[in-house]
Amino acid sequence: MAKPRVAIFDFACCEGCQLQIINMEEAILDLLNVVQPVEWREAISDHSDEYDIALVEGSITRPEDEERLKDIRRRAKILVALGACATTGGVNKLKNHINSDELKRCVYGAAAAMPHLDTSPTRSLREIVKVDVEVHGCPMSTREFVNVVRCLATGTTPVTPNYPVCVECKMRETICRYEYNEVCLGIITRAGCDAPCPAGGQWCFGCRGLVDDPNVNAANDIMAKYGRTADDLRRRMELFNSTEARPCPRQ
Amino acid sequence: MPKTIDIDVHHVTRIEGHGNIRIQAVDGKVNKVEWQVPEAPRFFEAMLRGRSWQEVQTVVSRICGICSFAHSLAAIKAVESALGIEISEQTDRLRMLAFGGEQLESHILHIGYLVAPDLVGVSSVVSLVKSHPEVVAAVIRAHRLGNEWMELLGGRRTHPVSFRPGGFGKLPKESELKELTGRLEQIVPDLSLIAQTVAALASRLPAFDRPTEYVALVEPGVYTFYHGMIGSTDAPERLPVDRFEQVANEYLSPQSTAKWTRWHRDSYAVGALARFNLNHSHLHPLATRTGTMLGLKPPCCNPYMNSVAQVVEAVEVVEAGMEQIDALLTCGIKSEAPRKPKLQAGSGVGAVEAPRGTLFHKYAFDGNGICTTANICIPTNQNHANIQKDFEAMLPIVIDRDETEIRLLLEMLVRAYDPCVSCSTH
Repeated sequence: MAKPRVAIFDFACCEGCQLQIINMEEAILDLLNVVQPVEWREAISDHSDEYDIALVEGSITRPEDEERLKDIRRRAKILVALGACATTGGVNKLKNHINSDELKRCVYGAAAAMPHLDTSPTRSLREIVKVDVEVHGCPMSTREFVNVVRCLATGTTPVTPNYPVCVECKMRETICRYEYNEVCLGIITRAGCDAPCPAGGQWCFGCRGLVDDPNVNAANDIMAKYGRTADDLRRRMELFNSTEARPCPRQ
Repeated sequence: MPKTIDIDVHHVTRIEGHGNIRIQAVDGKVNKVEWQVPEAPRFFEAMLRGRSWQEVQTVVSRICGICSFAHSLAAIKAVESALGIEISEQTDRLRMLAFGGEQLESHILHIGYLVAPDLVGVSSVVSLVKSHPEVVAAVIRAHRLGNEWMELLGGRRTHPVSFRPGGFGKLPKESELKELTGRLEQIVPDLSLIAQTVAALASRLPAFDRPTEYVALVEPGVYTFYHGMIGSTDAPERLPVDRFEQVANEYLSPQSTAKWTRWHRDSYAVGALARFNLNHSHLHPLATRTGTMLGLKPPCCNPYMNSVAQVVEAVEVVEAGMEQIDALLTCGIKSEAPRKPKLQAGSGVGAVEAPRGTLFHKYAFDGNGICTTANICIPTNQNHANIQKDFEAMLPIVIDRDETEIRLLLEMLVRAYDPCVSCSTH
């Protein structure tokens, strides 16, 4: 069987998810045994418009990028969204709450009217094209990515956990961030990352998006127990779940 | 014979982010020489307005996946300065130690994965796995060590979580630091192999000198990545970091969505070569010897040598890291929670030497600790104009060469700066 041809593309993002591929270290060599990279601008100089699997990082913030994404979708049999910018819009969606003229004025000052600075509201990939697999997280986890590639190479469907991050904190015996008087989004956020943030001394930012059916009653109980409100949660959610926390105004 | 060339590299490969090279010459007359930056702007400075002082480092870390430690640390320094948070010596030392891991990881990534293929004449590291298996294995081991070093101190490899304004959310154990220092010692032979390989291939680096201004943080007696004042090869005086806007003088070019900068000349450069030129006398012994072995002599104004300076710095951060761990273990790691601010309106600047050069963050906060303005100036912002000026100086010298060769020389030049283009269009 021929190795699937894989192309990697990026849009508005920090390219940190592609770095997680390089962070496979020695295991990259194993990856090369099962797939053939034909385009990956950040790491190789080869170019091809013919590929089976497209791995796409980043959010869409300009009309020309939307067209490029649609072209990638047309060419790829399987399209995989890598990381929060691609799966939820990530931090890039914070800008959707600000009028685009104000955005440009704030960042570019007197040069704001230059046409090449135009921007449109941030969208995740699935708001534009059909996405076959989503690898969540900011950045995505290398371990999860390897599992997705393994599944794609063997024709099986990767399974993403649909329980909250709290489960993984308990497994790691991490002390709950609420005990430190902090608001943590682990109670409603999709697990699968192995909860590195609470283990590293931070609250969960919710970068993996919400579980399909958050247990709102349990979340309310925790808010009540620690003297917090749903607004505290909403405010935290703005970073990575901007749309759910605060519907975007029309631009 | 008069030459007609038309080079259109739409997205230079093996760099972070999107940059184009556009060259046109008709009958020997050069009409267009452009380093273009078409990256999608992300508007971080606007998005930060309204965010809490506790969230700033988390948001700005996302400016760059490859230098997320640099962004987190510069932001935290700015926040602490604005809100009057005094940190402990232990916190300061642990942050400096953590930052060494990012320099190692980032430099090895650049040298081993992005630049090395040009030195051997192949399209990617994939070919090097067969032709240079031992060196690739050493590159991967050094890269892995950089990553695990970062994970130990920052909580994870990209977008650190343990750094908080005022201190650390989680401290490393003394036993873990002891283990790290052992591993730093063990990586030295791998770094030597990488350095010897680069030395053997260095003749592939073009001999192209263009005097320019080099800017980096400088600190008496230290090859600094973390503290110090702003120094320049063009001026004897040193500026405090809170005056960085007078250094950068940011402006916008129609060929770029990222801002460009200039100080004493039309352009200046930051990064490993700038640091080497300004601070070489403070390198540790093995790093100094590595520089000599690689033929790197200050002042060096060949931009291609930036990658060579990174090899020297990879050795430097390992030596400095071992020394830092020694100092930390001598005092012992004390359990301490992050110090809290007394919230007050104010502004502050934080600067660090990111792997690619000097990085500045500036924030103002209202009395509730909510960010009111942000200004971030990134190393690659400060290198864009210098890349353009290099192109302009180089083209007349190489115009008689084959078009493919010119294209490769220009691509290699861009890569030498290790640009973080999406970072610069933050």
